[in-house]
Amino acid sequence: MRLQAASVKLGYGDRTIVDGLDLGVETGTVTTIIGPNGCGKSTLLRALGRLLKPQGGEVLLDGKRIDRTPTREVAKILGVLPQAPAAPEGLTVADLVARGRHPHQTWYRQWSSDDEAAVADALAMTDLTDLAERPLDELSGGQRQRAWLSMALAQGTDLLLLDEPTTFLDLAHQVEVLELVRHLHQRAGRTIVMVLHDLNLAARYADRLVAMRDGRVIASGAPHEVLTEDLVREVFDLDAKVIEDPVAGTPLVIPIGPHRRRPAPDHLVKGP
Amino acid sequence: MRSTAVAPSPHGIRHRRLLVLLGLLAGLLLAVALSITLGSKPVPLADAWHALTAPSGTEHDIIIRSLRVPRTVLGVLAGLALGVAGALMQGHTRNPLADPGLLGVTQGAAFAMVASIILLGASSVLAYIWFGLAGALVASVAVFALGMTGGRGGPTPVTLALAGTAVSALLYALTSALVLLDEQAMDVFRFWQAGSIAARGSDVVWQVLPFILAGLVLALVNAPALNALSLGEDVARGLGQNIAMTRAVGVAAVTLLSGASVAACGALAFVGLIVPHLVRPLSGTDHRWLLPFSGLVGAVLLLVADVLGRVVAPPGELEVGVVLALIGAPFFIALVRRRKPVRL
Repeated sequence: MRLQAASVKLGYGDRTIVDGLDLGVETGTVTTIIGPNGCGKSTLLRALGRLLKPQGGEVLLDGKRIDRTPTREVAKILGVLPQAPAAPEGLTVADLVARGRHPHQTWYRQWSSDDEAAVADALAMTDLTDLAERPLDELSGGQRQRAWLSMALAQGTDLLLLDEPTTFLDLAHQVEVLELVRHLHQRAGRTIVMVLHDLNLAARYADRLVAMRDGRVIASGAPHEVLTEDLVREVFDLDAKVIEDPVAGTPLVIPIGPHRRRPAPDHLVKGP
Repeated sequence: MRSTAVAPSPHGIRHRRLLVLLGLLAGLLLAVALSITLGSKPVPLADAWHALTAPSGTEHDIIIRSLRVPRTVLGVLAGLALGVAGALMQGHTRNPLADPGLLGVTQGAAFAMVASIILLGASSVLAYIWFGLAGALVASVAVFALGMTGGRGGPTPVTLALAGTAVSALLYALTSALVLLDEQAMDVFRFWQAGSIAARGSDVVWQVLPFILAGLVLALVNAPALNALSLGEDVARGLGQNIAMTRAVGVAAVTLLSGASVAACGALAFVGLIVPHLVRPLSGTDHRWLLPFSGLVGAVLLLVADVLGRVVAPPGELEVGVVLALIGAPFFIALVRRRKPVRL
């Protein structure tokens, strides 16, 4: 286990969002954190990526406190992609991906053949080689998100944290991005932790699910162990049926609400 | 449509940037030649060359060596400094309307100059400028410290802008009150406020040179970090950039560059606002090119505006600050009217 949080207390100013949470990220897996809005899942991800300093407890990377390790050293092991990042106007895909090499560069050595190779690989793996010289503004939402993933890939880190990589994308682009994440995991053997909103996509694309509510971990484990009808009620206050996803065989959550129910079959309806 | 155009290769882009760099250097050389030869008394190029290489005390030699050369060198230095400071400021704030004056340097310099005249009886240009420089530095440090108290873990562009506005307003009020008390201070203030590079001897050039050189070095060191920062603070942190350090170096560079030029030449910080917009189409978003290009364009712009001011209303002269405002205002209106605002 290379990345773990040990009884961390997280918050902003006086507001505490997470208190005394423990979480270990299993190396070589895709872990997805799920939970309702405001449960602290993005806050936890930010702390794991040292974007937020814990108020108590510690985050350990390879056994060392992450906030005491030089940030540039961390950046060679751990990549972070925040939610909905924004690039300056006119930046090309190749320039963006090249900036992923930042932690490997110094002011006297700006560009090396290693950088060149890493950028070419990252572009190829995200299928962006043909779009490399296009400005980001001209791409579709899915392509743009692929470009940001490509930048994180070029950084060449073993661990990758993604905060809601599918926000603002339509369903087809969500699937495209998550397929890419899976591909990166399999081809490049990266350990990935991400936050997702869509439970069914989370169940389909993760090896491990971590379900959170009110700053606590309610359950964690393989999707079919975690994503049960009881858990959905406990975490989301939502009645749901959980069936088998006919495509992937993973759990599929069908919400139950008071409106929009299937009408009862005719022979059960009593006539006047 | 740009999407149908054939994309240039990375090699081609690098090649083009080098060509632009050569073009800008040639432009600067031309502007320097114009600035040395043109004026209320035009000097032929041959005489100017004579004055520079083998002076023999002729009238032209004296004009060139004691007036035109210091004026031109100061114009180049201030233009470099303000262009680079403007690009730094817009990069750090990710705001296309940011200018170096945002840190309070302009009002800091003005207040310190006026106060030194009235309260300490300072009377030489050299003395005003020392005080102006000190005032600019102190104001900027105060703004940075105030901005730090607002945000978590270092000043943010928003807290800096708020602190800068507040400090500038306070200093402006104090300056306005002070100049009413003293006629000499009022005179110095009026000329300083218009902005000019005329009538400063070579001693002024030597005075500001070390500050501007130090600022330029810090700016170049800051360039790669600014590239990371332009993707947002979180991405930059993820890429291993220390944000607080990056901001501190950036603010120090802007303070040295704009503080020195504002103290020596008056309120010309406007240059810093428009130059980066002229440069971005040539340099792209890479600060390693954007910063040097902005410096060169700033120097050319300042010199050309100064020369225009000399020839436009003979026998008198229009201050360079006035000419810049006349050129800059329409440009600024065009910027505002652009349908899609610039996003940094």
